[in-house]
Amino acid sequence: MPILQTIGLEKRFGGILATNDVSLSIEKGARHALIGPNGAGKTTVINLLTGVLRPTAGKVILAGSDITALRPHQRVRLGMARTFQINQLFLDLTPLETIGLAVSERLGHGSDWWRLVGSRSEVTEEIAEIIERFRLTDIMHQRTAVLPYGKQRLLEIALAFACRPQVLLLDEPAAGVPDAERQELLATIGELPADVTVLLIEHDMDLVFSFADRISVLVNGGLLLDGTPDEVARDPRVKAVYLGEELDG
Amino acid sequence: MTEAGKDVATYLARRARWSPFEIAFWVLAFATIWLFPGKYLILTETAILGLFALSLDLILGYAGIISLGHAAFFGLAGYTAGLLAKYELINEPVLALLVSGLAAAALGFVTSFLVLRGSDLTRLMVTLGVALMLGELANRFSNFTGGADGLQGVSIAPIFGVFRFDMFGHNGYVYCLVILFICFLIARRMVYSPFGLSLRSLKGNPLRASAIGIPVNRRLIAIYTVSGGFAGIAGALLTQTTAFCSLDVFSFERSADLLLVLIIGGTGYLYGGLIGAVIYKFLQDWIASLTPQYWQFWIGFALVVIVLIGRERVEGWSAAARASIYRLGKGLGARSAPDGAAPKGH
Repeated sequence: MPILQTIGLEKRFGGILATNDVSLSIEKGARHALIGPNGAGKTTVINLLTGVLRPTAGKVILAGSDITALRPHQRVRLGMARTFQINQLFLDLTPLETIGLAVSERLGHGSDWWRLVGSRSEVTEEIAEIIERFRLTDIMHQRTAVLPYGKQRLLEIALAFACRPQVLLLDEPAAGVPDAERQELLATIGELPADVTVLLIEHDMDLVFSFADRISVLVNGGLLLDGTPDEVARDPRVKAVYLGEELDG
Repeated sequence: MTEAGKDVATYLARRARWSPFEIAFWVLAFATIWLFPGKYLILTETAILGLFALSLDLILGYAGIISLGHAAFFGLAGYTAGLLAKYELINEPVLALLVSGLAAAALGFVTSFLVLRGSDLTRLMVTLGVALMLGELANRFSNFTGGADGLQGVSIAPIFGVFRFDMFGHNGYVYCLVILFICFLIARRMVYSPFGLSLRSLKGNPLRASAIGIPVNRRLIAIYTVSGGFAGIAGALLTQTTAFCSLDVFSFERSADLLLVLIIGGTGYLYGGLIGAVIYKFLQDWIASLTPQYWQFWIGFALVVIVLIGRERVEGWSAAARASIYRLGKGLGARSAPDGAAPKGH
């Protein structure tokens, strides 16, 4: 059974069909990439998956249950977390507080207004593990606003990871990261635990082909192709789409 | 527990540690009982204003909800406390205070649904509107509230049946100070809890807050309710210490002055409202003795100066002062700077 599935997903904005009959099927533990040229509707698909947008038609199914009608925070609790293409962080908080927030929330202490953050060892152990995994130890007590961009990018993923998702949606995780910090970021993404399913939305073909074991190609809101990296690389239609774009661009 | 886990716990615990600045603040606050025996009236007003401003800071500084109608809670609880005492429904002041606070909290809960959505401007208008409506209701039902004459004939029983509200205002002041301190402790506990952290997160970035599973609306409803309750306790204290309540508890000026007090002191660090109240009351008292008629000119002048200098900078000064006191007190190595001590640069 696939961990995440969409059936005939469709989204209209007025007369525009932004998502057209998209049926994705993502296996548990997969490293699945969703690619497509600019304007193909990748962001709309992400928003439909996470519940920011409601589809005009179709269903989203997570681990066998229909989550189409659930709100974003409810989907997070059921095990789907995302990162954002443009960092969406809490600039006044430190990485420690940021991760502490997410961990507390997930363990059900979010509305606890009496005990201090960090007074439960289950919480602090988990914060420590995540901070370490995402190479944030040195800067864990600095305000997020002053961190280097690469560290902010790592925190962006760490924050989603702290929700302990079954499915982690990474929206262009390497976008804008300078070369010097890029290796650290890619290594961290590569070391994500195998049981976490990753759906990667990416522009950067090097990253896609080095990371993904399955690729779906989105063009004009519809699914063009779904296959292994080799199949996708060989497909003439994909070449045409990307070459066309490169020639235009 | 692992080493890294202990490290994390230490850092997180350090956030909430009482700094020397805070201890000094409260020692000084309680010392005023003996330091200024002739000034109980203004000290009492300051403590009440401080609590009122603290309640606004909870929603404005921590959750990002701006309000121009916080007097609604102050006034409702003020009248509740007055009516409870006048009709001898609840005689014991502390119990009456709690009930009045709960009434204001209930109003906070109901009206929170009006401020969940919308921009700052709509929130300003909605909160203002609620306060205006309540003020006018109190005016309309004058057979109950005394209308424009105010609520007459209120007499407040001794606290716990022991401490009477004496004519010098000594017990009244001690009472207000103790209640302020208790409310402050609760608020302080709250802002360092996971709940408080989630408030700061949804103020900073509501989109991401909901993307990590925080039920944004429920948190806003909760803090708005608590804030209403605290504002109500302040209002009830005013009625109990003056044995009087009039329509101006609902006035627009009261809400607007409150915003001013909080901006003078700085938002989002709990002491802003208290420090703002002290500065405001001091300025009011001092300037009024110089130019009795035109004191608001100088309040306005001070406000313009403070906003132009930038209130972040005012916070920065106090943070820098706190940091140096901390360093003096500790004299420790590199790790000793308290979190958040660095001035917020602009």
